[in-house]
Amino acid sequence: MGKPWKYLLPLVLAMNLTAGAAVAEKVKFGVLTDMSGPFSDLSGAGSVEAARLAIEDFGGEVLGEKIELIFADHQHKPDVGLNTARQWYDVDGVDVILDVPNSAIALAVNTLTAEKKKIAIYASAATDRLTEDSCNGYGLHWTFDTYSQTRGAARALIEQGIDTWFLLVADYAYGHSMEEAMREAVTGAGGKIVGSVRHPLQTLDFSSYLLQAQNSGAKIVALASGGDVTINAIKQGREFGLQQGGQRLASLLTFITDVHGLGLDMMQGLQFAVPYYWDMDDQTRAFAKRFHERTGKMPGEAQAGIYSGVLHYLRAVKAVGSKDSDQVLTWMRDNPVEDMFSRHGKLLPNGRMVHDMYLVEVKSPADKAYDWDYYRVVSTIPAERAFRPLSESACPITKGK
Amino acid sequence: MFELIGITPQVLFGQLLLGLINGSFYAILSLGLAVIFGLLNIINFTHGAQYMLGAFAAWMLLNYAGIGYWWALLLAPLIVGALAIVAERLLISRLYKLDHLYGLLLTFGLALVIQGLFRNYYGASGLPYAIPPLLSGGHNLGFMFLPNYRGWVVVASLTVCLTTWYMIEKTRLGSYLRAATENPVLTEAFGINVPRLVTLTYAFGVALAAFAGVLAAPIYSVNPNMGADIIIVVFAVVVIGGMGSILGSIITGFGLGLIEGLTKVFYPEISATVIFIIMAIVLLIKPAGLFGRAT
Repeated sequence: MGKPWKYLLPLVLAMNLTAGAAVAEKVKFGVLTDMSGPFSDLSGAGSVEAARLAIEDFGGEVLGEKIELIFADHQHKPDVGLNTARQWYDVDGVDVILDVPNSAIALAVNTLTAEKKKIAIYASAATDRLTEDSCNGYGLHWTFDTYSQTRGAARALIEQGIDTWFLLVADYAYGHSMEEAMREAVTGAGGKIVGSVRHPLQTLDFSSYLLQAQNSGAKIVALASGGDVTINAIKQGREFGLQQGGQRLASLLTFITDVHGLGLDMMQGLQFAVPYYWDMDDQTRAFAKRFHERTGKMPGEAQAGIYSGVLHYLRAVKAVGSKDSDQVLTWMRDNPVEDMFSRHGKLLPNGRMVHDMYLVEVKSPADKAYDWDYYRVVSTIPAERAFRPLSESACPITKGK
Repeated sequence: MFELIGITPQVLFGQLLLGLINGSFYAILSLGLAVIFGLLNIINFTHGAQYMLGAFAAWMLLNYAGIGYWWALLLAPLIVGALAIVAERLLISRLYKLDHLYGLLLTFGLALVIQGLFRNYYGASGLPYAIPPLLSGGHNLGFMFLPNYRGWVVVASLTVCLTTWYMIEKTRLGSYLRAATENPVLTEAFGINVPRLVTLTYAFGVALAAFAGVLAAPIYSVNPNMGADIIIVVFAVVVIGGMGSILGSIITGFGLGLIEGLTKVFYPEISATVIFIIMAIVLLIKPAGLFGRAT
């Protein structure tokens, strides 16, 4: 038989070489998300599916190679999240990390991404520090941040004449920073804060605070808390007839999955800003229908944002003919982001993607005509007003430019 | 006068009424604890979990059997009370002759197990339970908007508390109970079945917790952790009122609800702690509690 290994060895080596070359040019996405925890409904498996849809719409290939997609659960543990990101960048050849719910993990990934000169597209982390003091140009914040949720919504509400505010704030770090953002936003837009209460985080009974809010005569009562604390506050606000008294309730960071979980009965009349609503026009509906066929749910804000981010990135890679991060980012900044998610979208040098936001009001159960028919779009908040302008940005790389 | 302290009478009356409502829950729960401690000498740390079980029983009756709020108000305490009889016979009855600490450890462990099981099965985010149609809506009292349901909570809990007090202090059954507390051996010699009396008393105390749980279900979401949140406060109420004092626990429950309500106006940040501050002061001045007899 001779010595077959003599021929085998060079063959294997040659195969390895070509495979190596392919890895270098193959575009690979990694969705780092919450697959089982509190944010798994608004991101999670739906985020992975949204990325997959974007890749399919793009044709599945770029630079002559099949586009790959992997995902992992960070379990809300910063060490797990950061180790996964490191492994993806160093070993698995991931080019772009997507989603990253949980601001703490997103901030850690952001630093790593710049170190490795890769790209991260955040769709479900809220902190605006990603594109402010912790910015680096490689982390792209695609959907919403604390500024867009407070500033845009506050101005839109004040323009409707809802200009006196009462703040109901959870007495801990997140509540305080949200309170600060709201104060800035409301007074900046010509409104007035007529009162505020800081309640202990583990508050079960809100009746006292709600009564103070009612007596303040404020036109709107804004909540800065989260999870079941907010849910209890909203529930009791309804019980105590805040709405009947002509007051409104606002929970500024609300996802469509929250509305789906709580029900219209509880949420009706609430107003807040969203980057995307599935039932806005034919384009959003077409995407939502496909998404629904795959997942049984309508796409949420973050999930639609991931679709948009992936698509814009792939277009850039195709146009540039390379996946070199700096070249790709230049193209991404120079070209408008227009797709079913983003209108008047533009990527700023600090990594913030500004686009139109929408002020929505939750429908009453009687107005609901079909499943997931939850919002009425009150007004559009134009891109340049929805997000913090570059001139006010604290981002070190764009300051003074 | 009102202007002097910086609030309007509207706010003051409103907060007093709200304090009364929250005090209702404290009163029923601490009453159950006081009854159990008085006769069994057991510090029932499972009380919070049993309150949660009451709310869950109401939720299950509605969702699995289609039985509404009013029947749940009767059935849930019976179901949870029956479970309590099993627990008392199987476990707690073995500890009467031992130190308080053993009863405390056992009931605390039981509470953790029950809460863990429910959290595992139903998740931590809570389940909705609607206010019964008869009591939805509310009235404008001029100084505040009072939801009908909250008004009902005060009426229901006052009725239950006063009935319980009357039964224990003024009826023959109550006198047996008090006699058994005072001297079980002598009471037994008079032909009264003390162990059965003890079991039924425990079941009754627990049923009170379950009743409070059903009352709470439409206000807060039905949540596996709801008992753990409230039980610490209720223990503070019992300590302030004096362990084992029936009337003391009722008055203290309502009174502390009022004080807590006022704190929420004057200095909201401290509202979660104010009861414990009062507890510390009372323990320093009157270690047996406001209505307790020093032994």
